[in-house]
Parts: sequence; structure tokens; C-alpha cells
Amino acid sequence: MEMVVVAPPAPGRLEDLKRRFFATPLQALLSLISLTIMALIVWKLLDWAVFSAVFTTTGGPEACQAAAGACWSVIAARWRIILFGLYPFEEQWRSALACVSVVIMTVLSCMPAFWTGRRIALVWGAGTGLYYVLMKGGVLGLPYVGEEAWGGLALTLFIFVTTCLIGFPLAICLALLRRSDLPWISRTTGLIIDGVRSLPLISILFMFAVVLPFALPQWLQGDKLYRVILGSALFFSAYQAEIVRGGMQGVPAGQEEAAMALGMSYWQRIGRILLPQAMRNALPATINQFVISFKETSLVVIVGFFEILASGNAAYGTGEWRFAYVEVYAFIAFIYFVFVFSLSRYGAYLERRMAVGER
Amino acid sequence: MVSLLRNQKVRNALLQALYVGSLAAMVLACVMIARRNLAEQGITSGFDFLFKSTGWDVNFSLLPATANDPYWWFFLIGIVNTLFLGATGLILATIVGTIVGLARTSSNELAQLLGRTYVDIFRNIPLILQVFFWYAVITHLPTPRAAHEAFGMLLTSRGLYVPVPNVGGIAFAAAILAVIAAIALPLWLGRTSHLGQPFGERVGIQLTAAATALATAAVILALGRLPDLPLLDFPALQGLNLKGGMRIPPEFSALAIAIAIYGGSYIAEIVRGGFKAVGKGQMEAALSLGLSPWRVFTLVRLPLALRAMLPILANQYVWLMKATTMGIAVGFTDFFMIVALTINHSGQTLEAIGILMSGFLAINLSLAAVFNRINKAIALKGNQLRG
Repeated sequence: MEMVVVAPPAPGRLEDLKRRFFATPLQALLSLISLTIMALIVWKLLDWAVFSAVFTTTGGPEACQAAAGACWSVIAARWRIILFGLYPFEEQWRSALACVSVVIMTVLSCMPAFWTGRRIALVWGAGTGLYYVLMKGGVLGLPYVGEEAWGGLALTLFIFVTTCLIGFPLAICLALLRRSDLPWISRTTGLIIDGVRSLPLISILFMFAVVLPFALPQWLQGDKLYRVILGSALFFSAYQAEIVRGGMQGVPAGQEEAAMALGMSYWQRIGRILLPQAMRNALPATINQFVISFKETSLVVIVGFFEILASGNAAYGTGEWRFAYVEVYAFIAFIYFVFVFSLSRYGAYLERRMAVGER
Repeated sequence: MVSLLRNQKVRNALLQALYVGSLAAMVLACVMIARRNLAEQGITSGFDFLFKSTGWDVNFSLLPATANDPYWWFFLIGIVNTLFLGATGLILATIVGTIVGLARTSSNELAQLLGRTYVDIFRNIPLILQVFFWYAVITHLPTPRAAHEAFGMLLTSRGLYVPVPNVGGIAFAAAILAVIAAIALPLWLGRTSHLGQPFGERVGIQLTAAATALATAAVILALGRLPDLPLLDFPALQGLNLKGGMRIPPEFSALAIAIAIYGGSYIAEIVRGGFKAVGKGQMEAALSLGLSPWRVFTLVRLPLALRAMLPILANQYVWLMKATTMGIAVGFTDFFMIVALTINHSGQTLEAIGILMSGFLAINLSLAAVFNRINKAIALKGNQLRG
């Protein structure tokens, strides 16, 4: 980063640098302060994470604790529990493959070629189905593994994907109901959406995980995991519904009137005229909502799930690695960062691309 | 009958009744089943439990709390804790966000890079992970015997010990109010409506007001001082424990730091967006009128940017307020954790959920009301029709 500045200046380059960073005394001061902060952080980080760090497991925790820098051995020793949780050791390749299938599905759905309702539904259905079969087993000679043994990154991805898969259609339904001409339908739906939005996600997860079993008949209770996913999908859909509604408001009224004049039925108007244009308007905000909800899957740790954050806590929580919490959290933060950052960069790219189309 | 169904009005009415009715029936059924299940466990519904004593304790409270206190008092403690954490987090996040946002909008490319790196890193790591991280950092600090010392504060695994003045509670609160007045008065006196006065005179009035308020604070502190004790009470090691000063528990500091850093990265983007929304022509016009760069900033750029960012900022504040519920992850007794503990201990599930919902509704609505008021006060007057 600061390489631009310290690189040996070619003739003429110096003038350029002077103009860019040292034009006035105030500018020079700002540049110097920023440069010092940057150099300090970069140097300290590099020293801690690379130069003085321990990478191998040979020395064991004691040798690692004595080192001045980071102790990456804890990752080498515990990466399996962080990524896969309590999933049976010999079957963990399935968990890894399931994660890969979700990633491929996400990448595919980022390609414009898959942006028709049918194709995107197909990709997500197939990806989630593949994930489910791989994780749960019981068919094709794969041993059965119950949901209570799922954990780590695989569980985080599962909760995220199913939240979107249930929440997205629900959001479209809620948005359509809210803009209905019938006053009672739109008012009631508005009440539901605003009610859900005014509550914190944690309280909704808590209600679905802990309180709901009291209020449901026995046959409807289901597994705690699926109840929590439903809660998180409801929360996602309340926010997403407002985004979709915003997108619908951006479609000129003439479009729908023209469709009506052509004699199209309600579902034809919605499915072929309104939604395609509304989704296009809502795309950047939608990606942003996906990013937020990916980060928020981490909250299920509070209602007792063994997702990546909880498995990270467990990875350093036991005796000998107690001191290595920074390394474990850095590792998990890095995993989150890779997913979230690439998704949000993609969102920013889409926004630019669409802005070009509208100019 | 069939002809009635063909009537558009009748059909619409039926449809609406069906939709609202089925939703209401679902909720009603859930409530009935819950009441039956709870009654089987011997839990009677109703709000009588609010006046029973809880039998459990909270680890952080601004108000006096014992296990003998009734439930309603604990709910109050929870709300006060949530508001206190929220206010601390919001103020810190706003400070961080303003600095980073200004760095991102500055003309210096290095400062921009620094700001962008900050936002990119901390916005993309979940808040709860950051809470866990800071909690781990603080609880891994040395024990009180080997505490780090900085500016009279002691950093230990049991919490942060800060020196407090030996001043009576009411006098201390009054002094804080006076200090706030010392900051707010000059701002209020410097409003654009006072622009008629010459610049020097205005600054003089502002300085006098600030100095008077600060002097008042000092007098209050001197009068309210507890006799025979030093003015500042420093924490110090006594035996195996720390005496004196005030202890800020690790749960609170972890949450406040995490909210400040994470929220700061979002607020930085809002600040940047607000400044970007100010037209270049406005600033050029101000400069060409001969205003100094500082006055262009305070009189033109900042007020216009504030107007643009305030509605978005209000949303972000509401979000951060809700994020205080993450306290339950590290055991900070905020409003939500009190509700969860109530459900666990008393079993009064439905009532507790009702209190939870109305509590958050009240917090959200009052925040929204405050911001609407501010928004109205600073909105451009007169030419609202530009649309």
C-alpha cells in the first residue's frame, strides 16, 4: 500500500508525489500521520502474524505459547473442529463437499445467465438438495448423520442458504400482500412486517427456539434447527419484503396498466411484467440484505447451535490452547471476511454495471 | 349464493375476512395451547408475578439490585442497562464513524486509503464475533495483582477500574449536566439565525457561555465534595482485591468497544454519503464569497451533509440499539437477557414476551420521535416544493 510512496522515485515521479501528498503543509501533515499509522499497523501485524509466528504443531502448545508472535499451530491442530464441528471424523469429507456445493451454487447464481426465476430456483433447489443428502446421508450407502451432529462452517452455510431459500419467496408474497388494493390485507401485512422489523433478531430466534414449543401442538414442533431457520427466514423476509416493495414502486404504473389493457391475468402481470422489473431495481439492496443475513447467521450461537463461532469457542476453550484465542478468532473472522467481502464487492460491481445501463 | 360470489365487492370482503381471520385464529390457537401447557406446569397467567421477588441476581446494574427485588424492578434495571449501553455505544460509534468518514472524504489519498481499509475490515466481520473477541481479550488480561496501569486506570481480567471523584451523587449528576451545557450552549448560540452579529462578537459570546458553564461545574464539584477524602478516588490493590475507583465489568466494555468499532464502520459510510451528497457548486459558491475554508466547512458543508445523513443515521441508531441484545452472548444483563431469565425462572412466558415486544416498540418509537423532531428542526425551511 505505502509502496507507492517509498518506491525509488523516477525523475518527474517526485513532482507527482509532492503534488499528490505534500501540496500544502496541512496535506503533508495528514499524509505523514496516515503513513505513520499505516506503517506501524502493517509492521506490527506482519511481525505478529508472520515473522514471530509459530506455524507447526511439532512443539506443542507450550512452545507455541512461548513464541512472541501468533500461534497458528492451534489452527493446524483444531481446524477440523472449527470447520466441521462434531461431525463424525471419518465422514467429514462429506461436510467439506457439502460446503463446496453451496459455494458453487452461490457462484452460479451470481451469473446473469441464471437470472430467470426458473433457473435460479433450479440451481438453489439442486444445491440445497445435494447439501442435504451429503450431510444427512442414509441413502446411497452414506451412513446416517443426524442434524444434532452438524456443526462448524457447514452448519453456518446451511442456515444461511435455507434462510434465503424460505425467506425469499416469503418476502415476495409479503410484498405483494402489502401492496394489495384490499385495505385490510395490506394493513395486516404491514403490521406483521413492521412488528418483525422492530424486534431484534436474537429475540425472534429465542422465541422460535425456546418459546414456540410451548405454543405448538406436539406434531407441529419439529426439530429445533428447523424452527430457528424458520424464525431467521421470517426476519429476513420482513426486511427483504420492504426492499422488493421499493423495487415495485420503481416500476412505472403505466407498465401494469398496459399489461391490464392487453388482458393479462393478475398472475401474468405479476410474474411477467412487475416482478422482473422490480427485482432488477431491487438487486443491489437485495445483495446487501444477503450480506447482512450471512453475518447474522452467527447469532444462532446464542440459542445453542454449534456453528462456526461456537466451534471456534470450543477449539480454544479446552485446557492446553486457552491462550490462543486471538488466532482462532482471527481465523474465523478471515473465513467470514472472505464470504462477506466477496459478496459485497459483487454487489458493488452489480450496482456500477446497472448504473451504466441507466445512463 | 354463486351469484353473490361473482360480486367483486362480496368477494373482496370475504377474501379479507379469510386472511385476517386465519392469521388471528393461528395466533389465538398458539396462545391457547401455550396457556394450557403453562397451566399444566402450575403457572397461572397474569401480571401478578411482576410483584414477586425474583430470587436471582444481576451482574451489572446502574440501579441498586438484590435478589429480593420484584420482577418489575428487574425489568426497569434491564431497560436502564440497555439504554446506558446503547447510549455509550452510539456515542462512541458516532465519534469513530465521524473520524473515519471524514478521513474517507478528505482530499488526502493516504487518509482515504486508511479509512477504506478500516470500513472494509470491520464491516465484514459479524458483530457478535467482535463481541466475543473483545470479551476474550479483556478476560485474558492479568489478574488484579499484576494489573496493567494507565492514567490511573487499572486494566484487569475482572474489569476496568477507573478513578472516580469523591463527590455526592446528585452533585456529580449536576456537574455532568453543566459540562454538557458547556458543549451545547456555544453550539446553540452559534446557530445560523444569529449570523447577523459580527463574527468576533459571536465567538466571544460562545466562549463566555462555555466558560461560565464549566466554572459552574467546578463550583458544584467543590461544594458537593465528600469531606476528608481526596478529590479523586484511585483504584488500588488491597490484599487480594482492588479497592476504590469504579469497576466497569468486562461484559460492558467488550460490548461497548465492539459496538463502537462495528457501528463506527457503518456510520463512517453514512457520513461519507452525506458529504458526497453536498453539491460541489455550493462549496464553490461559498468559497467565491470569500469565506475561509473552515467557515465553508462549518456553515455550508457540515449543515447540508447533516441534513442528508440524518434519516439514514436514525435507522442505523435504531439498529445499533437493537444490537445491544447481544449482551446475552457474554452475560450482560440487558433488557432482553432479563426477559430470557424471567422466562427460565418464572415460566411466565407469554407475559414476558409481551413485555419484550412493548419494550422494544417503546425504544424504537421514542428514538424515531426524537429523530423526527431533530429532522424537522434542521430541515431547509421554505423551499420544500423542489421535491
